[in-house]
Amino acid sequence: MNVNYLYSLLAVIVLGLIAYVGAGVAGFQGLFGIFIPYLAVVIFIAGFINRIMDWAKSPVPFRIPSTCGQQKSLDWIKQNKIDNPSSTFGVIVRMVFEIVLFRSLFRNSRAEIVGERIAYKWVVWLWLFAILFHYSFFAVVIRHLRLFLEPVPVFIKIFEQADGILQVGLPGLFLSGVTLLAAAFFLLLRRILIPKINYISLAADYFPLLLIIGIALTGIMMRYFTKVDVVKIKELTMGLATFHAGIPEGGISGLFYVHLFFVSVLVIYIPFSKLMHMGGVFLSPTRNLANNNRMKRHINPWNPDVKFHTYEEYEDDFREKMIEAGLPVEKE
Amino acid sequence: MVDILKPEEMFKSIDYTIPEDRWEDVPPDLSEGNFCYPTKKKNLEYLGLPAKDEWSPADEDWKLPDNWEEIIHEGFKERLEKYRSLKVFMDICVRCGACADKCHFFIGGGDPKNMPVLRAELLRSVYRKDFTTAGKILGSIAGARKITPLVIKEWFSYFYQCSECRRCSIYCPYGIDTAEITMMGRELLSLLGLNINWILEPVANCFRTGNHLGIQPHAFKDMIDFFCDDIEEITGVKINPSFNRKGAEILFITPSGDYFADPGTYTMMGYLMLFEHIGLDYTLSTYASEGGNFGLFTSSDVMKRLNGKMYAEAKRLGVKWILGGECGHMWRVINQYMDTMNGPADFLEVPVSPLTGTRFENAASTKMVHIAEFTSDLIKHNKLKLDPSRNDKFKVTFHDSCNPARGMGLLDEPRYVIKNVCNHFYDMPVNTIREQTFCCGSGAGLNTEEIMDLRMRGGLPRANAVRHVHDRYGVNMLACICAIDRAALPPLMDYWVPDVGVTGIHELVANALVMDGEIERTTDLRFEPLNEEEEQTDE
Repeated sequence: MNVNYLYSLLAVIVLGLIAYVGAGVAGFQGLFGIFIPYLAVVIFIAGFINRIMDWAKSPVPFRIPSTCGQQKSLDWIKQNKIDNPSSTFGVIVRMVFEIVLFRSLFRNSRAEIVGERIAYKWVVWLWLFAILFHYSFFAVVIRHLRLFLEPVPVFIKIFEQADGILQVGLPGLFLSGVTLLAAAFFLLLRRILIPKINYISLAADYFPLLLIIGIALTGIMMRYFTKVDVVKIKELTMGLATFHAGIPEGGISGLFYVHLFFVSVLVIYIPFSKLMHMGGVFLSPTRNLANNNRMKRHINPWNPDVKFHTYEEYEDDFREKMIEAGLPVEKE
Repeated sequence: MVDILKPEEMFKSIDYTIPEDRWEDVPPDLSEGNFCYPTKKKNLEYLGLPAKDEWSPADEDWKLPDNWEEIIHEGFKERLEKYRSLKVFMDICVRCGACADKCHFFIGGGDPKNMPVLRAELLRSVYRKDFTTAGKILGSIAGARKITPLVIKEWFSYFYQCSECRRCSIYCPYGIDTAEITMMGRELLSLLGLNINWILEPVANCFRTGNHLGIQPHAFKDMIDFFCDDIEEITGVKINPSFNRKGAEILFITPSGDYFADPGTYTMMGYLMLFEHIGLDYTLSTYASEGGNFGLFTSSDVMKRLNGKMYAEAKRLGVKWILGGECGHMWRVINQYMDTMNGPADFLEVPVSPLTGTRFENAASTKMVHIAEFTSDLIKHNKLKLDPSRNDKFKVTFHDSCNPARGMGLLDEPRYVIKNVCNHFYDMPVNTIREQTFCCGSGAGLNTEEIMDLRMRGGLPRANAVRHVHDRYGVNMLACICAIDRAALPPLMDYWVPDVGVTGIHELVANALVMDGEIERTTDLRFEPLNEEEEQTDE
C-alpha cells in the first residue's frame, strides 16, 4: 500500500507544532502573526503571476479542442454550441460550465465487469464532493473577509446568515465549515481507501488535503470549543489589512497561530503545486479554444520549414510507369 | 505472431487488482507479443530521422546513443517551450482519478499504467526531476524520478499502448489530453531512433509513393479500374474516373486503406458510384493518394511533410476545393492541423456543392469537406434516388471513430446518411458512442499483428457495446467512417462478436443508390445476394 500520506501527515503535524511552540510557547507572535502572513501573500502573488506567465510564454501551436458534441456544419444539423463551440461566446460558456460547474467531472462514470459484460454506471460522488469542497472553501474565504474589512459589508453579513441558516448551537453553526471538513475527509479517504486512487497518489496529493483539514479543524475548534478572542483577532487582521500591523496586547492563543500558519503555508504552497489547477484550467488548450479550425486559420508561431516530397520528384521517380499506364505527366 | 487467449479466457483474465509494488518499481513487460516491432533503419534514413541499428525491445541493452540523457532533456525542454499544452498538462493534474477507467486498454486489460493519469505520470515524474525545484530537492517524495534506460523502455511500452483516442480527456476536469502526452512521449523516443515499423514504414512509403501502402501510380489506377469493372458487373453502369486531371472542380482524397483491402474497397466503390451518379467534376490523384497521415503518430514535423501534398496537388491541378473520404485520424489532421501547418489555401475557393449550391462555411478556410457532410447535404436536398430496402438484410449500428468524434464533432452527419439508406439502424448505449465513443483498440499506429492480445483487449469495450445491440436488436453490421476501423474492426468482431460485419457508410449508400441506367441489382457490392431469402433459395 502506498503510504505517501504518512509523509504529508507528518509534515502537517510538524508545521502545526512549529506554530504552536513558536508563537504560543516561545512567543514569536510577530513572526507568525505578521511576518509570515505578509511573506506568504508576497510569495503567492509573485509565484502565481510567475507561473501563469511561464505557461503563457509557451505558444499554442495548434488549435486542439476536445469536441464533446455535434460540430457546426450544415444549417439544418443542430450544433452543440457549448460542448463543441465555434465562437468565442461559445467558448466562454463552455469555460464557465467547466470552471463553475465542473462539467467534465459531472460526466464521470465507472466501468465494471458484470457477469460477462462490461457495464458503465454514471457516478456522481466525485463531482458532488469536489463541488462541495470547492464551494465550501470559497464560502469560508468569503466569510473570513469580515476580518479584513471594517465596517463589515452587508453582503458578507447576508452571506453569513445564509451559511448559518440551520441556526444550530451557539455560536451559530456555519454550514460551510462542516461541509468543507466533510468533503476534504471524503477526498482524503477516497485517496487512501480506493486502491486505484491510492496507487496514483503522491505525497503532494495528500499534503494540501491534510493541510486544509488542519485549517478547518483549528478554525472549528477556535469558534465552537476554545472560544478564541475574536476581537483581538480582528485587531490583528485589520492591522495586517491596513498595513499598521501589530500584535494585540495580551496575545492570542497558540491555536490561532497554528491556524494562521497553516493558511500561510497553503498560500505559499499554491504557486508551486498542483493547486495551480485553479489558474491552469483557464489555459487548457483542449477547453479554451473554439472548434473552428476549418473556418479560421490558426497560426503556429514556430511553423517549421520541412522538406516535402514534391510532385516533380515523384514524377521523376515514376514517369515511365505513369506514361505506360496512360496517366498524364508534366514532362514527357 | 504469438497465439492469444480464447475470448472467454481473455475476458476472465481481466484483473483490476493493483500490484503490491509502487508503479515506479514495476518494470514494463517487453516479452514477445507485448511490443510493436521496431522500424527498419532504411525507413528512418530515407526520412532523415535519427536512425538506429537493428534492435529489439526484448533486448536487455537497447544500446542508446551515448548522450541519450542529454537528447531527452533537451528534447523535453524544447517541447515545453513549443507547446503550452504540454507545460500546463505537466503541472496541473491533481490525480483525481476520473480518467482512470476511461481508457479502453485499461478496461480490457487492467494494467494500472494504462490508466491515463499514470501514462502521463511516466513523463511527469521525469519532468519534475528535470524542470521543477521541488522535484530537484525532494526527489521521490515530490513524485520525481531520474530518467534511466528502464524508464525509456517503460515509455516505449506504454506510449505504444495508447491510441491517442482522447476519450480520457473529455472526462478530465482540466481537459488534460493524453494524446498530447503520448505524442510528446513518442517524439522524444523518436529522437533516440526508437520508432515502430507499423508507423514508420507507411510514413516512408507515403513520402515516396504518396500513400501508406506504397502503391505506385500505375497500380493505383489498376485498382480503381478493377473496382469499376466490378461496379459495371453489379449495376450495369460503366464509369471512368479521371486521374491527376488538371482543371477538375474537385480533388477527392481518401485513405489508401479504402482501395487496398476489404471491406474498405466497397466503400471506395461506393464513392465512385456516388460521384458518377451525381456527375461530379472530380479527379483522383496518384501523388496525393493518401488521406491518412501516420506522421500524426510520429511527430508534428513528419505530419506536416506528409500533409503538404494535399494542398500542393490541389494547387498543381487547379481544383476549386478538396473533398475527403471516410477516415478517422485523417480528419483530426485536416480539421485541427492542416490549415495551420500548410495553409493558407488561398488558391482554393470556399467549397460549394455543385449540386445543391450549399456553401460549406464550416470549411471556408481549409477548403476541405468531409464526404459525410457532402452526402448528407445531397440527401437533404433530395438529389439522390435511394432504395434503402436494398440494405434490409443489415441491422446496422454506427461506431463513432475517435478522431471525428472528439477532434471534430462529426456525429449527426453520418447518422443522417445511414438512416436514409438503411431501414434498420440502432445506436449503441449512450456512454459508448458520440463523444464517449470507444476506440477500435488499434488506432494511432497500433493496428499491427504482433500485439494482437493488446488489440483485442483494447477493442473489448467497443465490441462489448456492439454485442449489446447485437443481442438486443440482432445488429449484424457495424458501420464506421474510418479506414483503420475497417481494417481493425473485422478481426475484433470475429474475436468478440462473430456474427457482425463491418462496413463504411458509403458502401451502404451505394447499395441503396438507384443509378441512372442501372440494371436490376441482385447483389450488393460484395457480390452477395441483396436479401436473405434469396440467399436461402440459393442454398
